[in-house]
Amino acid sequence: MMSDHFSLQGKVALITGAGNGIGAACARCFAQSGAAVMASDINGERVEALARELVAEGFKVKAIQHDVAKEDDWARVVDALADWQDGWDILVNNAGIYIGGKLEENLLSQLHRINSINIDSIFLGTQFAASAMQPDGRFGRGGSIINLSSIAGLIGVPGHSIYGATKGAVRSLTKHSAVEFAAFGYGIRVNSLHPGLIATDMGHLVFKDFVEVGLASSESEAQQMLEKQMIPMGRLGDVQDIALAAQFLASDASSYMTGSELTVDGGFTAT
Amino acid sequence: MTKTQQQVALITGAGAGIGRATAIALAADGFCVVVSDINLEAATLVVEQIKAEGGAGYALRQDVVDEAGWRDTVDQIVASHGGLHALINNAGVATICGIEEESLEGWRRTQSVNADGVFLGCRAAISAMKHCGGAIVNVSSIEGIVGDPMLPAYNASKGSVRALTKSIALYCARQGFPIRVNSIHPGYVATPLVSNALAELEPSAADEFTASVMAKIPMGRMAEPEEIASGIRFLVSGESSYMTGAELIMDGGYTAA
Ligand SMILES: NC(=O)c1ccc[n+]([C@@H]2O[C@H](COP(=O)([O-])OP(=O)(O)OC[C@H]3O[C@@H](n4cnc5c(N)ncnc54)[C@H](O)[C@@H]3O)[C@@H](O)[C@H]2O)c1
Ligand SMILES: NC(=O)c1ccc[n+]([C@@H]2O[C@H](COP(=O)([O-])OP(=O)(O)OC[C@H]3O[C@@H](n4cnc5c(N)ncnc54)[C@H](O)[C@@H]3O)[C@@H](O)[C@H]2O)c1
Repeated sequence: MMSDHFSLQGKVALITGAGNGIGAACARCFAQSGAAVMASDINGERVEALARELVAEGFKVKAIQHDVAKEDDWARVVDALADWQDGWDILVNNAGIYIGGKLEENLLSQLHRINSINIDSIFLGTQFAASAMQPDGRFGRGGSIINLSSIAGLIGVPGHSIYGATKGAVRSLTKHSAVEFAAFGYGIRVNSLHPGLIATDMGHLVFKDFVEVGLASSESEAQQMLEKQMIPMGRLGDVQDIALAAQFLASDASSYMTGSELTVDGGFTAT
Repeated sequence: MTKTQQQVALITGAGAGIGRATAIALAADGFCVVVSDINLEAATLVVEQIKAEGGAGYALRQDVVDEAGWRDTVDQIVASHGGLHALINNAGVATICGIEEESLEGWRRTQSVNADGVFLGCRAAISAMKHCGGAIVNVSSIEGIVGDPMLPAYNASKGSVRALTKSIALYCARQGFPIRVNSIHPGYVATPLVSNALAELEPSAADEFTASVMAKIPMGRMAEPEEIASGIRFLVSGESSYMTGAELIMDGGYTAA
């Protein structure tokens, strides 16, 4: 846990894709540092289970089923948030999917699907948060939006074309919305978080994909290759590494940050 | 943390501005802070404040361009505390003038404090940290990423810090040293660095420079030194344990726009 300086005491957070991986780690970490957390996921059962666990430990957490690609779902979730708490300070746009493969073999339908989940979600979430958090909005006390991009939104990686393109869009949307909200005095900061390769279900899909596109002969060889050759620190990241970075961006400790990129990648993109 | 296990942080240029705020913040986090500055009087005042707030630390007169001084400083810290756990290469200087007016001497002075100082500091610290582990934060600037027509020497020096940070981060990682190295890139911060540089200009030129800067900050204000210290605190702490060779930009949206 972070020192008090990074505390989220008294803040209300909505975290999408919180049923698994990075989102679940954020939910736990934010709740432990004092936030009331609405944890949403398309997989309602999984996020319910997480919320039950955290509530049993004494934390303020509520689960809700939520498909981030659907506008109606966002309206319902924000209403539920308003019923539960009097404010809304933090949005972690975390839900996302990975579709790999060689570019020339990717289907247009795959591109449309990944765009709708990885980009439409950020657009919708940012819209709903901006309207609600700005001074004239429903909650009106400003806030911090954290968008999960990836190092794939910064550099090229084989097999990552369409996924990386969505993450590049997230990076760019972050900067535009950050500058716009600052210009209009909304008091809403927006930053993008760029994890390297993290040990989650999605992280393991990357190994599988390295095998499928012919870059490695087995998943364990893919993992070894990535760890030894591409990650200077020599290991995958842990979900906790990303959750703590998200907490920093959510907290007042990053009060002068907006439109920035926080890269947490064990040195992957420094080389 | 017991007294004997207390971690030690060395902060250069800690007598004023960002370094001062960082020294106070890290002392509050439980570090024993070595408050180093070329201006010993200023450093001593900072230590007095740290002690008044219940923290630990001591003042040290150190010019970051002095190679032998770096060796002595680090040796002494290791001898008396058993290790060095955090180094913040913060000392820096700036002058505002166009390239046609910049002298070679002025250029070299800026490079020597801002770039040589960081090189010397990192080199000295690695030898101490490779056994006990540690974190190095190099204070670059947004001026190490974007250009400003009136800051040629400063731009070059801060770009150097940014690239050097990545090289050292990779070196440490590849050697298996438990040392993380990251750069922080503040936008404009209300400190003596800015006010002194402006004071050297004609009032009309200073106003013009200030207006051009403020127009480029979406948040519409300069940072307080404490806001930058928060970022340094994050980079020093275990909370950023998977970050190395990375850049933390805290600029009120300056480089996003
Ligand atoms: N794991 C990595 O290596 C890595 C690296 C960089 C960035 N990221 C990004 O971090 C985020 C989280 O990744 P993860 O590794 O935790 O993934 P994960 O697959 O482990 O978990 C993602 C969660 O999002 C949910 N989800 C999927 N589609 C959804 C939808 N339409 N609406 C709501 N929820 C939905 C899933 O049910 C799941 O619980 C993603 O945006 C991902 O792109 C991950
Ligand atoms: N203030 C800003 O707007 C701003 C923006 C981005 C980056 N920075 C960087 O942050 C760092 C700190 O800046 P600040 O604004 O707090 O500056 P400051 O001028 O307020 O304080 C700098 C301190 O460094 C000391 N110093 C100067 N030369 C030294 C030397 N050779 N050896 C040891 N100490 C020396 C000074 O005595 C002073 O106490 C600098 O590296 C600066 O370039 C500042």
